[in-house]
Amino acid sequence: MARGSKPRLAVWKFASCDGCQLSLLDCEDELLEVAGALEIANFAEVSRAVAKGPYDLSLVEGSITTPHDAERIHRIRRASKVLVSIGACATAGGIQALRNFKDVNDYVSIVYATPAYIETLNKSTPIRDHVAVDFELRGCPVSKTQLVEVLSAYLNGRKPDIPNYSVCVECKLKGNVCGLIAFGPTCLGPVTQAGCGALCPTYHRGCFGCFGPKEAANTASLAAAWRAQQVTNEQLVRQFRGFNACAEAFRKESEANER
Amino acid sequence: MSVKTIKVDMLARVEGEGGLTVKVKDGKVTDVKVTIFEPPRFFEAFLRGRSYDEVIDIVARICGICPVAYQMSAAQAIEDAFGVTVSEEVRQLRRLLYCGEWIESHALHVFFLHAPDFLGYQDAVAMARDHLPVVQRALRIKKTGNDLVALVGGREIHPVSVRVGGFYKVPTKAELAPLAEKLKWARDAAIEAVMFTAGLPFPDFERDYEYVALRHPHDYPMNDGRLASSSGLDVAVREYDQHFEEQHVAHSTALHSIRTGRGPYLVGPLARYNLNHDRLSPIANQVAAGAGLGPACHNPFKSIIVRAVEIVYACDEALRIITSYEKPAQAVADVRPAPGVGYACTEAPRGILFHRYRVNPRGQVLDAKIVPPTSQNLKMMEADLREFVTPRVTTPVEALTRQCEQVIRNFDPCISCATHFLRLNVERE
Repeated sequence: MARGSKPRLAVWKFASCDGCQLSLLDCEDELLEVAGALEIANFAEVSRAVAKGPYDLSLVEGSITTPHDAERIHRIRRASKVLVSIGACATAGGIQALRNFKDVNDYVSIVYATPAYIETLNKSTPIRDHVAVDFELRGCPVSKTQLVEVLSAYLNGRKPDIPNYSVCVECKLKGNVCGLIAFGPTCLGPVTQAGCGALCPTYHRGCFGCFGPKEAANTASLAAAWRAQQVTNEQLVRQFRGFNACAEAFRKESEANER
Repeated sequence: MSVKTIKVDMLARVEGEGGLTVKVKDGKVTDVKVTIFEPPRFFEAFLRGRSYDEVIDIVARICGICPVAYQMSAAQAIEDAFGVTVSEEVRQLRRLLYCGEWIESHALHVFFLHAPDFLGYQDAVAMARDHLPVVQRALRIKKTGNDLVALVGGREIHPVSVRVGGFYKVPTKAELAPLAEKLKWARDAAIEAVMFTAGLPFPDFERDYEYVALRHPHDYPMNDGRLASSSGLDVAVREYDQHFEEQHVAHSTALHSIRTGRGPYLVGPLARYNLNHDRLSPIANQVAAGAGLGPACHNPFKSIIVRAVEIVYACDEALRIITSYEKPAQAVADVRPAPGVGYACTEAPRGILFHRYRVNPRGQVLDAKIVPPTSQNLKMMEADLREFVTPRVTTPVEALTRQCEQVIRNFDPCISCATHFLRLNVERE
């Protein structure tokens, strides 16, 4: 960026629910400050004003699911100095990646009366499968606090401080009773990356993996523990196939238990 | 021969990705399209085979702006299939959660998506330079709604506490108490917002809609009621499929809902207000009257006033629930899966959201049908564009384009919601 001018922010959407970019608007206490520190150059949900690139920072929400979007992400990458993918769709393919385990044509014919009109890819894939990504922020949705941390780190030229330990650590810090014991065996906390503040166990239910697998997640060990508690393979597969179904560790574990 | 095309490749300040095209030839509107290029996500397809207790978290992901609406419709449809009745306490708590979503979603739309149109700004950030107190107040109203959703539901976007039969965890009276002060402030701020919106310049444009909304014996509708319309429809929600259908229209890229045998209809705040203003709280009713709304409002641009009135109502209703709240003895009803078909319709901020699930004896989904409010309004969006442009064909293209965008924003469309069943037709360059 030119000295003295504000960095130019662009926000882009691919296949998604809009929830992660809404998280930015949900930063009610910080929003006007953020708008003061960055020039919002392209953010369709918020503004009619569209400024041409290059952009200093692009936030990308959503997964790639159409041939058109597979092209569009390259144009966005070329126009962006730093590209951060935000949310489970952008970092793992999202809930729509459930199609990756099926024949997408079956899905098309279930939902659409005229399948011939549908132009869609067989798989829903994360942004990094298509272009270089400078940082990935997990979550379905992302955490507002972590999103502000990413912006703040960018503005201050440092690496975002985002933990890669498991939800269990957050649970312990909160003084929660262990979800595996209290709320049934299928808590994904031990293999899920922190970031939500151990939300589900705090709300009396097991973790369902919104933030995707933690670093070096031992899913096989967790699956074995579940099986010892009479969790069926069918349940096990469904549990790993949620909003981060195609994050590698979760995908492999669900496929290993599919038969 | 004169040809004029109004084209917006990327509609701004709406949820999701869409555009619009209006073609004018020799002073007549010849073609109107609301184009949608949001990719399909196949929710109805991948819900098949999922267990009933996973459905609520999955359908929340249809929309980040109104996840509570999806959770409410799904929970109640599955309860309908199983024959489960929830306690009155749970019903009230669901209503409280929904109030939070109405407050945050309406505040977002009124101030950040819609108001800049009337005042000639590109966005609320630019608007804040001249109207800082208005924008700051709007942010605080929105935050109050979010705080309510976060407390009852766990987090603002994709709450985690809702389940079939009730909640995973219910708040205590003491936990809810601090919200009362915030809600009182937000109610006062929303009353000012009603006056602010009532003072905006409105195009002279009235429409003869068939309004469709829920109608409840004593409540302003949110979670329950019968399906009612301004032309006399009055049926149970489970009769939805007999009165509404989705159609392919040659000139459109999207499926359009119609009233069977009748045509397009309107859902959302105007429909709710026109059919239910007698169910508003006294304060909300008084504020509506003060804003000059009267018993019926037929100018779609004035939906911004009605949304502001509904913020007043939602704050008032949330306060009522919090004041009389006692922690339910049971957070969740006894739920036993049973085979069957369940139906539910609730009032998302932008209109009725219909869900139907057929489940097997284990409570697994055999098939699902979800009709979001935006798809129900799509045909009317195009009708409004046609009616709006026809007497204004001589207006310069740039000004008319802006106004056409505003016509679409009147509906507060949620395109990601609508798109899980829309045909895809990429027109974008």
